[in-house]
Amino acid sequence: MLAFTWSELAQQVVDGIRDGGIYALLALALVIIYRSTRVINFAQGEMATFTTFVAWSLMNQWAHLSFWEAFPLVLVIAFAGGVGIERLLVRWVEDAPLLTVVILTLGLALLLNGLTSVIWGGAEKQFQGPFSTQTVDIAGAQISEQDIGIVAVAVGLVVVLALFFRFTKLGLAMRAAAVNRQSSRLVGVRVGWMLALGWGFAAVLGAVAGMLIAPIVFLDPNMMQTVLLYAFAAAVLGGLDSPVGAVVGGIILGLTITLVGRYVPYVDSTLKLPVALLLIIVVLLFRPAGLFGRVSVRRV
Amino acid sequence: MKAKLLLEALSFALLVVAVVFLPHHVSDFHSRELATVGMYFIALVGLGILTGYSGQISLGHGAFMAIGGYTTAILEVNHGVRDIWTIPIAGLVAGAAGLLVGIPALRLSGPYLALVTLGIAIAFPQLPKKYGHFTGGTTGEILNLPKAPFGLHTTPNHWLYYLTWAIALMLLVCAWVLLRTKPGRTWQAVRDSETAAAASGIGVPAYKTLAFGISAFYAGIAGSLFAIATSFVNPDTYPIVLSIFLVVGLAVGGASSLAGLLAGAAFVYYLDNHADAVARWADHLPFVSVNPQQSGIPSVAFGAVLILVVLLLPTGVGGLLHRLLRPLTSRLYSRS
Repeated sequence: MLAFTWSELAQQVVDGIRDGGIYALLALALVIIYRSTRVINFAQGEMATFTTFVAWSLMNQWAHLSFWEAFPLVLVIAFAGGVGIERLLVRWVEDAPLLTVVILTLGLALLLNGLTSVIWGGAEKQFQGPFSTQTVDIAGAQISEQDIGIVAVAVGLVVVLALFFRFTKLGLAMRAAAVNRQSSRLVGVRVGWMLALGWGFAAVLGAVAGMLIAPIVFLDPNMMQTVLLYAFAAAVLGGLDSPVGAVVGGIILGLTITLVGRYVPYVDSTLKLPVALLLIIVVLLFRPAGLFGRVSVRRV
Repeated sequence: MKAKLLLEALSFALLVVAVVFLPHHVSDFHSRELATVGMYFIALVGLGILTGYSGQISLGHGAFMAIGGYTTAILEVNHGVRDIWTIPIAGLVAGAAGLLVGIPALRLSGPYLALVTLGIAIAFPQLPKKYGHFTGGTTGEILNLPKAPFGLHTTPNHWLYYLTWAIALMLLVCAWVLLRTKPGRTWQAVRDSETAAAASGIGVPAYKTLAFGISAFYAGIAGSLFAIATSFVNPDTYPIVLSIFLVVGLAVGGASSLAGLLAGAAFVYYLDNHADAVARWADHLPFVSVNPQQSGIPSVAFGAVLILVVLLLPTGVGGLLHRLLRPLTSRLYSRS
């Protein structure tokens, strides 16, 4: 084992927070869908990958837009896609058992993954991101604009979403539709469209996550699969219905995996994953609905 | 009720006849394919007990199959045990692991349990890599090729077929008895309402953990047969997709129908290995032109079929069977 230095610790912390920020972004998308429709969306990763490929084509193939010109277009496409998926497919299984819904989104994930390789081929593509990778030295740690950008976007999106859900009428209607469909319908909330909006927002979040991650990991049809698994872990850790929990969970997860893999003796890179899982199980034993989740009271 | 019993006994007898005579009518290779279907079926029956009856979801049963497979490999390669004797031990080891997982599972509700078990499926393949000195690490362990014992004169594939299906039928009967007696009724009560079950004096935790243990036992047996069939185990023998396939089979079959699960097992095997055939079929449709050889097409076919099945058959094949047979059984019942 290498000797301990403070600057290396700082570097590990920075790397952990950066990875955590990535998990947090996708976890946030999962939480938005879960909150509004009680669906665990296994297709979230592939939706993000698909929209990132659309962005790549807008920048390199169909038109030669810059990142910031393509960005709003992609978000609109993603939003329309998310709403479309909910209205066309998911609405039919709204009241079905959890297993049925899981299988539907798994099927969607496979379908989108296949479509991505059919349209763009399986080869890796270079994706020019919005932030530079130039690093600055802060307290011995190398931090790049990209690292800061990812974390800032994750935190910024949470704030925007929290404000939206807390202070707008639409946000209130979406929360109401999630909590009690019948009562919301009775007071005039168009529940079906609220659920579709939830999918639209989640698709947008996924697109943002995809476009921020692609410059780091290279763009290929499977790029989000590992990230999605960590995002699930982050969402469960933070609580499936808490946006703040998703971000905190993501960053805790990123930090734990990096630091445990580096500093706990005997735990090497192969044991990082089992250790992270163990941590989540221990947390869930004490807080079964995650760190920030609420335990719902059930009636017999 | 008698009519239903009769119907079930009759269909079981039909299944036994089919299992015994099928290898005479198909090629050697097809009998190996059918053996693999049998392995999926064993794992699915276990998963059906867990999800369809006790109401707990597991997206990580591939890990229990891996535990079974590794038990077989270690016993055979390091201790020289004959492959068929390792099968029950593999089941018991996996079952014990299932009981261990069942305890924390008690505290978790549906979606959390689903994701934690998915985590187990993802994290598990790391363990054999870490403890390579008795699991063979990333390269894995090579087992003996499957061979009929006691001087029986059959091809290896036929031997695998009969071995798998003999075990599958035996375990099917066990599951059937279990589900028609007290444990089965108790699990259903727990599934329908935990609070009501607890209020009626049922030890909910014990029964839920038991369901996990039993379903892991089934998965372990299936995993052990998997290892014997491929005569090789390494962390990639039991990929994460395997756990997903099991859940797909469960949903397609209908979680609480043993007969439907047979269809689920066949569905998963067929689509996993022959998704390009679906694409070829789609190519013949008017206005559709797909190239089955293109990468991504099998995945598109698998996904599209999955979505269609879920939308058209929300209760799976089992639910369909139930609806088709109900007029028949209810009439028999009212006359008896």
